[in-house]
Amino acid sequence: MALIDGLYTEGEKIADTKAPNVPIERKWTQRKFDAALVNPANRRKLSVIIVGTGLAGGAAAATLGEAGYRVKSFCYQDSPRRAHSIAAQGGINAAKNYKEDGDSVFRLFYDTVKGGDYRARETNVYRLAEVSANIIDQCVAQGVPFAREYGGLLDNRSFGGVQVSRTFYARGQTGQQLLIGAYQALERQVAAGTVEMFSRHEMLELIVSDGPDGKRARGIIARDLVTGEIETHLADAVVLASGGYGNVFFLSTNAMGSNVTATWRAHRKGAYFANPCYTQIHPTCIPVSGDHQSKLTLMSESLRNDGRIWVPKRREDCDKDPRDIPEEDRDYYLERIYPAFGNLVPRDIASRQAKNVCDEGRGVGPMVGDFRRGVYLDFADAIARLGEDAVRAKYGNLFDMYAQITGENPYETPMRIYPAVHYTMGGLWVDYDLESSIPGLFVAGEANFSDHGANRLGASALMQGLADGYFVLPNTIRDYLAKGPFEELSEADAAVAEARKSVEDRTQKLLSINGERSVDSFHRELGNIMWEYCGMERTAEGLQKAIDLIRALRDEFWRNVRVLGAADTLNQSLEKAGRVADFLELGELMCIDALHRRESCGGHFRAESQTEDGEALRHDDEFAYVGAWEFTPGTAESGIDSGTMGPPVLHKEDLVYQAIELKQRSYK
Amino acid sequence: MKLTLKIWRQDGPNAKGDFVTYQVDDILPDMSFLEMLDVLNERLIAEGTEPIAFDSDCREGICGMCGLMISGYAHGPKQTTTCQLHMRSFSDGETITIEPWRADPFPVIRDLVVDRSAFDRIIASGGFISVNTGSAPEAHAAPVPKENADRAFVAAECIGCGACVAACPNASAMLFTAAKVTHLGELPQGQPERYSRVVSMLNQHDAEGFGGCTNIGECSAACPKGIPQDVISTLNADLRHALRTGR
Repeated sequence: MALIDGLYTEGEKIADTKAPNVPIERKWTQRKFDAALVNPANRRKLSVIIVGTGLAGGAAAATLGEAGYRVKSFCYQDSPRRAHSIAAQGGINAAKNYKEDGDSVFRLFYDTVKGGDYRARETNVYRLAEVSANIIDQCVAQGVPFAREYGGLLDNRSFGGVQVSRTFYARGQTGQQLLIGAYQALERQVAAGTVEMFSRHEMLELIVSDGPDGKRARGIIARDLVTGEIETHLADAVVLASGGYGNVFFLSTNAMGSNVTATWRAHRKGAYFANPCYTQIHPTCIPVSGDHQSKLTLMSESLRNDGRIWVPKRREDCDKDPRDIPEEDRDYYLERIYPAFGNLVPRDIASRQAKNVCDEGRGVGPMVGDFRRGVYLDFADAIARLGEDAVRAKYGNLFDMYAQITGENPYETPMRIYPAVHYTMGGLWVDYDLESSIPGLFVAGEANFSDHGANRLGASALMQGLADGYFVLPNTIRDYLAKGPFEELSEADAAVAEARKSVEDRTQKLLSINGERSVDSFHRELGNIMWEYCGMERTAEGLQKAIDLIRALRDEFWRNVRVLGAADTLNQSLEKAGRVADFLELGELMCIDALHRRESCGGHFRAESQTEDGEALRHDDEFAYVGAWEFTPGTAESGIDSGTMGPPVLHKEDLVYQAIELKQRSYK
Repeated sequence: MKLTLKIWRQDGPNAKGDFVTYQVDDILPDMSFLEMLDVLNERLIAEGTEPIAFDSDCREGICGMCGLMISGYAHGPKQTTTCQLHMRSFSDGETITIEPWRADPFPVIRDLVVDRSAFDRIIASGGFISVNTGSAPEAHAAPVPKENADRAFVAAECIGCGACVAACPNASAMLFTAAKVTHLGELPQGQPERYSRVVSMLNQHDAEGFGGCTNIGECSAACPKGIPQDVISTLNADLRHALRTGR
């Protein structure tokens, strides 16, 4: 088949075949009715592996355990309670319409599709909005301490630029409280014996058997991170709820251990990876303070309600004390370029303009590498207008967090902010049942692609994780499990032996290279490439360059990485090495996906696709589809599975909008 | 900044551990404590020495994965998580001792990494409300007075890091256990299991080998979330009620 741009080929179109052909508001009810039932007595003969214990994985494990299936749950952390869902601050959306302000399932559905810039699958998003209200009921019953009013009822706020108040919250710790709810439900099932918990375990390979009834996902190879033992776990179905891949950028708001390995290994085994280039970059993070920086910390976007964003007009003022820079020498660039929305423009625009002014050499704060990465977020006007006490009442906890990390007092000197990678909308392709292109492999939460299109709305990630875990997956997976139990597999089976051997070989290879460079040094370099060329603004030229750089870096990794220690102990360098090896492959696919999508869309600005006044230009005629990529192996130059990739195959899923009309957005 | 670090190194659960002294310079005040260890680890890797194993994940003070005993204080001299401690809290030339949490129910796995699965087992013994997915009533069916909701929230802030145990001379996990008892016991949803919960969680607490509470208060002082000691009073009151009524 002919290569396109020298990088990929195009294969057959794909489509979801599981959403019933009835009006959108009846699809989910119909699907639940059509899905086969499993007799309670038969459920304990059926087993499910769930990788990840965040909102999606934890909720799914608890719910399937309650239903009576035999569940094995895996997480790399020392406890399922630590999954990165815990770090979400803002809130969770639900179409409860408690404020009687015109909210409805349809409006939440509409806002989510529009917010995703018309690149999400309509049927899945409608269902998300439909089950959202059940999530709140479930969480409240578990004892999640949502914010309440004096009358004892739940409070709501407006979030992420929408005009209704539908966001439920628990101070700035909504993710933590929801996750602890799911974790407690999970531990209850551990005590009941329906869920077996494997913490400090990392999935390193997917087992796909090719039996008489075709290909099926039947288990995983996992490494016990404490003893180093490579273990085989078999089941009738596998669920990946392993989160997003933002750490491909090295610096992100993700946890240190967040990684793509589970989904990437599944991708290599045949699961399509959809829209990998869709990442979300959040404008109000605490900037990088030096080369030692290990991660970035998000601050709530609500700061932009009262703070004014500026940089000096002249480069030579950038190292001055900001309080000594007179008003006329400051450039309030968002207010200048977008007079109607000012500092409240959407996340992607605020982020891109911050990077632009820093790239021009007008950034502020410490030099990192060869330039300053930061812009001021100034509360001086707000303090003068409202008084310091009022500002403290509104933003006190955020100001404290900023002061703790930077050592600066934001009441006296302007805060500094910079954008950071925060969420990945892309992920493994799934159908309406959340089943991937490998039968029996289901994908939930941030790890799948379906609900947020090219840009996720605030307070929607928690909603999606819990919707998938509590309500969607447990209903759809039974339709699959009803066909089981499948034939017994053993360690001796070819598919199991092959998966196990590839993990053992790869581990030995990583430990035997004994090169010059640490794993982190490769990760950091990959992150710089991704941020520079596959971040907020992309060009064909830059992406081509990035692909060449990543290939060279991956090649060097497999020749020159240094991983000390042994395979049979706790070895954090070895863990990181495996994850970075997969990021080095994913990075290339992200760049190929970004290169082929010649449109500005959602969180991404493609420089070649803009209006006359420099705004994002979407191309619905050419790109109203999901780009789902199939892996092809490369020619193995380095002997074993050492990161060689062949040209991926693009399968397009056309996005059909029947309930909502496509529109372009404008913020001028 | 130049610092002298005395760090606990231990090859495995059954190996004998010892302190190893490292000199570091070029430490910037803006680095977090864990970034300082990252910098040291990069140097060790370059020198061909295995890096120091320590736990951390979110690095924004919420997941509870990190936790080091720093010069005798759980999470160091400030009331925060280890990941939110910055080097500006130390002075140039200082000697810092770094150890894992020390408590029998938290055995060392390697270097500074300990096994805290005892906490999961305490939760599994009763730290939940028994409600299956799908069987929840409408969220507004049971209003919660704001006073109770607020106190439940304060107790629910626990991140399960284990600093309370590490700081306690008795290695008691009473603050951790009582925080969950209080969180669920303050809410109407938590009432049906309120008294059986406290008994089963305490039995598990004792079975894990945690010590008893003697009202010293080091736990609250070390808690990065400032969980107040009065949750332990609530636990004691609920326990008395349970024992008296035999529920």
